[in-house]
Amino acid sequence: MTAIAIGTWRKPSIIPGFGLTFGFLMVYLSLIVLIPIALLILRTTQLSWAEYWAIATNARVVAALRLSFGAALIAAAINTVFGIIVAWVLVRYEFPGRRLADAIVDLPFALPTAVAGIALTAIFAKNGWVGQYTEPLGIKIAYTSIGVVIALTFIGLPFVVRTLQPVIMEIERETEEAAATLGASRRQTVFRVVLPTLVPALLTGFVLALARGIGEYGSVVFIAGNLPYRTEIAPLLIVIRLTEFDYNGATAIATIMLAISFVMFLAINLIQVWARRRFGYV
Amino acid sequence: MSEQTLAPPATMPPVTWRAPTAEVPPVRIVLIGVAVLFIGVFLGFPLLVVFFEAFLNGVGKYFETFADSDTQAAIRLTLLVAALAVPANLIFGISAAWAIAKYDFRGKALLITLIDLPFSVSPVIAGLIYVIMFGAQGYFGDWLKANNIQIIFAIPGIVLATIFVTFPFVARELIPLMEEQGTQDEEAAISLGASGWQTFRRVTLPNVKWGLMYGVLLCNARAMGEFGAVAVVSGHIRGLTNTMPLHIEILYNDYQWVAAFTVASLLALLALITLIVKTLLEWRFSDELANGPR
Repeated sequence: MTAIAIGTWRKPSIIPGFGLTFGFLMVYLSLIVLIPIALLILRTTQLSWAEYWAIATNARVVAALRLSFGAALIAAAINTVFGIIVAWVLVRYEFPGRRLADAIVDLPFALPTAVAGIALTAIFAKNGWVGQYTEPLGIKIAYTSIGVVIALTFIGLPFVVRTLQPVIMEIERETEEAAATLGASRRQTVFRVVLPTLVPALLTGFVLALARGIGEYGSVVFIAGNLPYRTEIAPLLIVIRLTEFDYNGATAIATIMLAISFVMFLAINLIQVWARRRFGYV
Repeated sequence: MSEQTLAPPATMPPVTWRAPTAEVPPVRIVLIGVAVLFIGVFLGFPLLVVFFEAFLNGVGKYFETFADSDTQAAIRLTLLVAALAVPANLIFGISAAWAIAKYDFRGKALLITLIDLPFSVSPVIAGLIYVIMFGAQGYFGDWLKANNIQIIFAIPGIVLATIFVTFPFVARELIPLMEEQGTQDEEAAISLGASGWQTFRRVTLPNVKWGLMYGVLLCNARAMGEFGAVAVVSGHIRGLTNTMPLHIEILYNDYQWVAAFTVASLLALLALITLIVKTLLEWRFSDELANGPR
């Protein structure tokens, strides 16, 4: 590639339309995304630090954030364990129904969250498909934090599987053959040769699922029960603050969540930088 | 050497050889079992439950739900919102992909990150940002009130929130695809005297049509199904600002269980069609799609 001349921001091209398309891109991006988010953050300046801190450390807010974060963490962990099995099976094995299983992994992306929410509630509520058998055993799922974890597991699975699949496909069989010819058992090959190369993709998938879980609303509100301090997730608390016309309260919680998203985003990028250096892939 | 030593032995021992780079059959079966069970329980089961509950009271009751005027209004509004939000993001996506993929300039990576930003924002926050701007106590609240314009708790707010949450779909599908295809085709067309628009319509568009369709498909599924962002800006006015997902919530909270699942089944059907078309596109035209993780 030729170097960009010093002082020129854009490399010259004979293709027309840069001004028009780039201009439209910037205006549209600014109006829809950047300015509204900037104004949201700016809104917190209407609060003093003490007020902001009081909202951020309010017991109900802390409980909601802890539930959102904790449940998303557990769900992402579940998805990481099962996601690697699902991705491995879908890439490596041939079995009847494989294509169907592969296609349905994307269901959480395509199915509206409200639909998922009422379906999961119908399954796990007291008189539901599964709930009617678990409740007599003393296991309450719907309207508890277990329900939140289940909804977030549903939402997060494709993030892990779809991040892992292309990486598993790229694994060179020669390295596995080399390990085998050097006398490694299949178990040793998998755990000491194959899995370590999957770690960056696993971490990326984990963080993507975690980030999505923390912000998730639609699928959770139906199954969560929404009791303050106990089964109330952070996004719901924003909605509640808004219905109370407490814009400052809603804004403060929202900026905390934006900060968490930003940290997640940084984490993904650091993982990818590390992976590129360590394994030579993204 | 006699002929006999070259001939295969009369009785070959049964072959139990297995590739050293494959799992033993029992492990294989267990892994497939676990994967299929997990997908079945967590993904397949909820989908079946939606249709089962929708038809709980029979086919007659199922279709009766759609006679309700509020349900019809919700379906109409959802179609209207998608009809406005999807083309807006389609034009943006094409424009963004052209500017980013066909030229070399500094700050490209940052720009792509900013385009992806709506995916990492909670849908509730996506709604909140417009309430902060256009709500009664928002930045432009007083001005909008003085001019008698309503955005929040009205259709414009719903459309804006939907545009926000579906913002990156088309762009992130087209950008990697158009980058992969390079600029030679376009440069050839331009040097042969085609105008920019002709080049786009006759050269670029045919090259990316399946990728474009893929992006629009996913964008549309999300636009019709969005719940959180729309819930914040809609105000839940029956017959006026209720989209289908919001109508599901209202029916559900009214204990109209079957009706809620009936409306839900329509959206589940849309999700199924989306998945089927998506899978067909991936099988048939995988070379003409961007292959990023999704």
